[in-house]
Amino acid sequence: MTQTTVPQEDPALLAAFEARIAAGESIEPKDWMPERYRKQLTRMMAQHAHSEIVGMLPEGNWITRAPSLRRKMSLIAKVQDEAGHGLYIYCGTETLGVDRHDLFNQLLDGSAKYSSIFNYPTLSWADMGVIGWFVDGAAIVNQTVLAKASYGPYARAMVRICKEENFHKRQGFEICATLAKGTPAQKEMLQDAVNRFWWPSLMMFGPSDKDSPNSAELLKWRVKRKTNDELRQRFVNLTVPQAQAIGVTLPDPDLRYDAATKNWEFGEIDWSEFWDVVKGNGPCNVERLEARNAAHDAGRWVREAALAHAAKNARSVSAA
Amino acid sequence: MAAHEEEEGGVAAGEAKSGVGTVAGPRQAPLAAPLVEYLLRLGDDRLILGHRMSEWTGHGPILEEDIATANIALDLIGQAAQLLKLAGEVEGKGRTEDTLAYFRDGVQFRNCLLVELPKGDFGDTMVRQFLFDAHSVLLWEALAGCGHAGIAGIAAKALKEDKYHLRHSSEWVVRLGDGTEESRARVQRSLDRLWKYTAELFAADEIDDAVAALGVRVDAAGLRARWDAMVNEVLARATLTRPAEGAAQRGGRRGRHTEHLGHLLATMQSVARAHPGATW
Ligand SMILES: [Fe+2]
Ligand SMILES: [Fe+2]
Ligand SMILES: [Fe+2]
Repeated sequence: MTQTTVPQEDPALLAAFEARIAAGESIEPKDWMPERYRKQLTRMMAQHAHSEIVGMLPEGNWITRAPSLRRKMSLIAKVQDEAGHGLYIYCGTETLGVDRHDLFNQLLDGSAKYSSIFNYPTLSWADMGVIGWFVDGAAIVNQTVLAKASYGPYARAMVRICKEENFHKRQGFEICATLAKGTPAQKEMLQDAVNRFWWPSLMMFGPSDKDSPNSAELLKWRVKRKTNDELRQRFVNLTVPQAQAIGVTLPDPDLRYDAATKNWEFGEIDWSEFWDVVKGNGPCNVERLEARNAAHDAGRWVREAALAHAAKNARSVSAA
Repeated sequence: MAAHEEEEGGVAAGEAKSGVGTVAGPRQAPLAAPLVEYLLRLGDDRLILGHRMSEWTGHGPILEEDIATANIALDLIGQAAQLLKLAGEVEGKGRTEDTLAYFRDGVQFRNCLLVELPKGDFGDTMVRQFLFDAHSVLLWEALAGCGHAGIAGIAAKALKEDKYHLRHSSEWVVRLGDGTEESRARVQRSLDRLWKYTAELFAADEIDDAVAALGVRVDAAGLRARWDAMVNEVLARATLTRPAEGAAQRGGRRGRHTEHLGHLLATMQSVARAHPGATW
């Protein structure tokens, strides 16, 4: 094992790079970049891609039970979009010189991180509404800002993906609005889903700024544009009026509007729960990894066959 | 005395009774109007197969296949929604595509048995899809020019979708057949197991005759011949052996299904049935 050392970057190159960032230029794959920049981006993009892929599971869980044909189709289409996002971002990481299969293996062996929200179970149909509303909503808040990040391929991917996430969010909110106007049982189902997903959704923005060691450098290099806490607050400010509009409550007795800051102030986040889930002890961490591994293992003979067939074709073409 | 006779007479053996309460019944429950039955057959085939395909979403062998199988599921369920909507309109009893999908019991479903079998492994799914797609493409080609405007319209759009499905499924059959030894053995087994369910795709009965009189005419023998040619060509490229024709399994068109359908419906209909009358 060689010890990983922070590479000494050429000061002149580094200064030129930082000047470009400061001037708002975008960094492209062939441009020089500090090794730490490359590492940070790879980490972020891989985490994002993994989240799209693992995120297919909790929603996929309700495809076979969607209560109308229209809802069934829009749910399949949404999960299909997430697969597309994952594929697109995995391919984006290859511009940084990584092999996406290596990243995928890290997901399978449990060493890679993905958004902790997907380690919560989906327990009712209402979860399909609330996930679209909260989880895709939170993703949009994050990704709108990332669309202005300094690395060109990632920023452009975010522009494209964000359009679809917006659609998912509207669709999810519409499911919630329909339930909110429905029978007492439907309203109860909705409120229960809101209660379960509210706090984990706030945790999606990551630890509080004071506990987020990488933030300063990420902000300087425009890998990030806003701090976790700023983004979290923006999400809360956007979401509270939507909850009011459809008449659900949010499970936070401390939630109140502050006229001076124009912010919806919220209560204390249970960070011990967050770290627990991040460390692998969430309600579904084991199941999510098992499901991904089961699909991968069951598909091995299929991938081997496809490779063998392609090799035979290549041989017969070159022999011809 | 009369009352006593009633009591015993009800169970008395060999005592002929006539008139009210006769025990002799028809061999089969009556069918709905032919066009309704026909649309239910088309719609249920695609609803159930689309549902089975949707079970793969997020669990495919490669990410690209998660996208492709979801796409196929979407097309099939979309076709089903249109066909069932039309069935409900023709029936005229106020049933929508959702009432038909979510509030019928298994014996009221009219899909063929092939589509309701469990998804199995990826090879089972692709072989089943290929056998169905080849038939479906030929059927839509015939129906796109038929004398019922509603069906012809659905057929024209579905034909484009199913041509893509057929290309996808036949490419996989070839890849898996002409892949590794393991993959060839696996898909040959899939083919052997599924073959006995293919005859039902072609079984024509009085419903087909009745809708033909309404302008919905399909040349069954010609369709079968073209299906044979298509299937033989792909199986040859896949280095797979076409199974011999043996005893066929059928019954779905009359509601005699495999035991699998009930479980599929128990899942699919669970939310809708727990909240009858609710809007989603
Ligand atoms: Fe997402
Ligand atoms: Fe996404
Ligand atoms: Fe999304």
